[in-house]
Amino acid sequence: MRHIISILMENEAGALSRVAGLFSARGYNIESLTVAPTEDPTLSRMTLVTCGNNEIIEQITKQLHKLIEVVKLADLSEGVHIEREMMLIKLLAKGSHREEVKRLVEIFRGNIIDVTDTSYIVEMTGTCDKLDAFIGAVHEDLILETVRTGPSGIARGTKGLSI
Amino acid sequence: MELSGAEILVQCLKDEGVEHLFGYPGGAVLHIYDELFKQDEVQHILVRHEQGAVHAADGYARATGKPGVALLTSGPGATNGVTGIATAYCDSIPMVVITGQVPTPFIGSDAFQEVDTLGITRPCVKHNFLVKDVRDLAETMKKAFYIATSGRPGPVVIDVPKDVTDPNIKIPHLYPKSIKMRSYNPVKRGHSGQVKKAVELILSAKRPVVYSGGGVVTGDGAAELTELVREMNLPITSTLMGLGGYPGTGKQFLGMLGMHGTYEANMAMHDCDVLIAIGARFDDRVTGKVKDFCPDAKIIHIDIDPASISKNVRVDIPIVGPVKRVLADMLNVVKAHKSRPNCEALEQWWSQLQQWRSVNCLKYNASSGRIKPQAAIEMLHKITGGDAIIASDVGQHQMWVAQYYPFDKPQHWLTSGGLGTMGFGLPAAMGAKVACPEKDVVCITGDGSIQMNIQELATCQHFNLPLKVMLLNNGYLGMVRQWQEFFYGSRYSEVTVEAQPDFVKLAQAYGHVGMRVEKPEDLEGALTEMMAIKDRLVFLDVVVDPGENVYPMIMAGKGHHEMQLSPDCELS
Repeated sequence: MRHIISILMENEAGALSRVAGLFSARGYNIESLTVAPTEDPTLSRMTLVTCGNNEIIEQITKQLHKLIEVVKLADLSEGVHIEREMMLIKLLAKGSHREEVKRLVEIFRGNIIDVTDTSYIVEMTGTCDKLDAFIGAVHEDLILETVRTGPSGIARGTKGLSI
Repeated sequence: MELSGAEILVQCLKDEGVEHLFGYPGGAVLHIYDELFKQDEVQHILVRHEQGAVHAADGYARATGKPGVALLTSGPGATNGVTGIATAYCDSIPMVVITGQVPTPFIGSDAFQEVDTLGITRPCVKHNFLVKDVRDLAETMKKAFYIATSGRPGPVVIDVPKDVTDPNIKIPHLYPKSIKMRSYNPVKRGHSGQVKKAVELILSAKRPVVYSGGGVVTGDGAAELTELVREMNLPITSTLMGLGGYPGTGKQFLGMLGMHGTYEANMAMHDCDVLIAIGARFDDRVTGKVKDFCPDAKIIHIDIDPASISKNVRVDIPIVGPVKRVLADMLNVVKAHKSRPNCEALEQWWSQLQQWRSVNCLKYNASSGRIKPQAAIEMLHKITGGDAIIASDVGQHQMWVAQYYPFDKPQHWLTSGGLGTMGFGLPAAMGAKVACPEKDVVCITGDGSIQMNIQELATCQHFNLPLKVMLLNNGYLGMVRQWQEFFYGSRYSEVTVEAQPDFVKLAQAYGHVGMRVEKPEDLEGALTEMMAIKDRLVFLDVVVDPGENVYPMIMAGKGHHEMQLSPDCELS
């Protein structure tokens, strides 16, 4: 089962490699991982998507907790939460395709943020499924390049991951 | 007071109460060695190989409970130390390893003697640090000692670039008295509700057994464990690492459990209805086939490390906390309970255990005319009164010590349990002898293991460390030979140690006393003589029966109830 784990950790050199190293050393999967400093620059917030049965997820969270730099973590999948991922996608936009692609972007509520006479760069935010759906909706010959951030997640309500 | 990085580093060691430092100098640590030269509070033990330094610091820590400290140079100094660091990590030994690093402007340039020490050691340390600024040095040292010794202990590496210890750059120095880390707060006590639940479960158990591990020794819980076991009259078995946590000659003690555990311990595990695991981690050598592990038991697990709980085996009542405190809390609850509802059931259980004991699973045939390794260890136990600190290497001899040398006290048994590092014994014994000069320290080793760090005999001579080396010499890499005999049709592939050195002459060449014993009738005399020589290292080459195997044994993929007993013992 897919789990989305949110981690608050010391913003120190090497902290990221401890998390990555833990996953490779213990044979856990990482589907995606995104990290950046928070409003407090001494802390980084990481969102990590992994999969495994309950026992494996329990071990993953415990092992993450054991890392000295990890301050707090939560398995967001245990409660209601919101996930968003951003994608930048470069599409071939020539002739009749220009209008067709533009319409599709509007339907998916994306933004065209760069235009040349032969291409668009589209910015799109949403759940992973939505981004997948957009990719599925565009003819594959039109896709020049895709870059995705991997999802960031946050729990709903006033409760949250903070110190 | 303004101090340089090197001065700060040495001052921090003093402030931490470090008396001994095991190390090997080199380019990147020259500034530090210059500071060590100028003082005499911290004694530096110059080893002959960096692996020896780290194992010695490890042995020092195991024998005292204090953190061991090693100092290595950059590059090969650090990489040579890695096996020692991993050994300490697997057995949760408190240790601080300081490694030199190339100056910060050179990091990443593939400079001379540069390796990514942080990257290489990351998977086998509790934590590691790279100090990039001399102003961070003191706090980093404080954190390192705090992390290494608190919670579940472990090795911490501090990588110190050469420019950080520059004698010309001086800064104000103040060593922090204590340290608080928002990201690291080890548990101080167990949950009281869980403690009560656990005690009630034990009081209602018909067939309880305690399975005690290395956490009892490192967590200083031996006294509390002993009291609890006696108070409740519980049968107790121990892992390899836990030996000495409860007296090995105590009447409740069933012997070690697991692959080469006793018949009674493993049968008790299989048939128990309540298992009390304390500071143990359900290692594969202990559990055997997990599916057949304690099939009827409710399991209580006390451990400082939450990640150890339900990792390999699901448990029913987890208690996360320091074993010492949790056991003391349990004792209080037990003493408040007046009644012992399970008294009768417990008596029946004990009579079953006696029956299993009567199989006498450790019996061996001593009539071959050759010295049996088991007999040599039993004899050593007799002569030392069981009071020596014993370091072992890895292999058959290690299992025989665990089986035939009952440890009555903690911190007397130094062995590489988790990683199984051959070459650990001699340097670990050295560290223990440095820590406890008044104690007898014996390294029991094999002819394979001893040659992996034999260079440390020179260190023992240099620093006048009169420990004893008892080599059980069977001319084989015995444990591997045993497996080849059992599972590979006796095709002995690369296990014959040909062209052995003459160990007697070798010991003498290093300046020690070398002796050899070959006949069973000479064994007692030789061992007595070895132990009687107090002021010199004695290396005793004990030529033993080469075909001896370690029994009993749980073969791979089998459960506790499916032990293979020795052909010499009663049941077979």
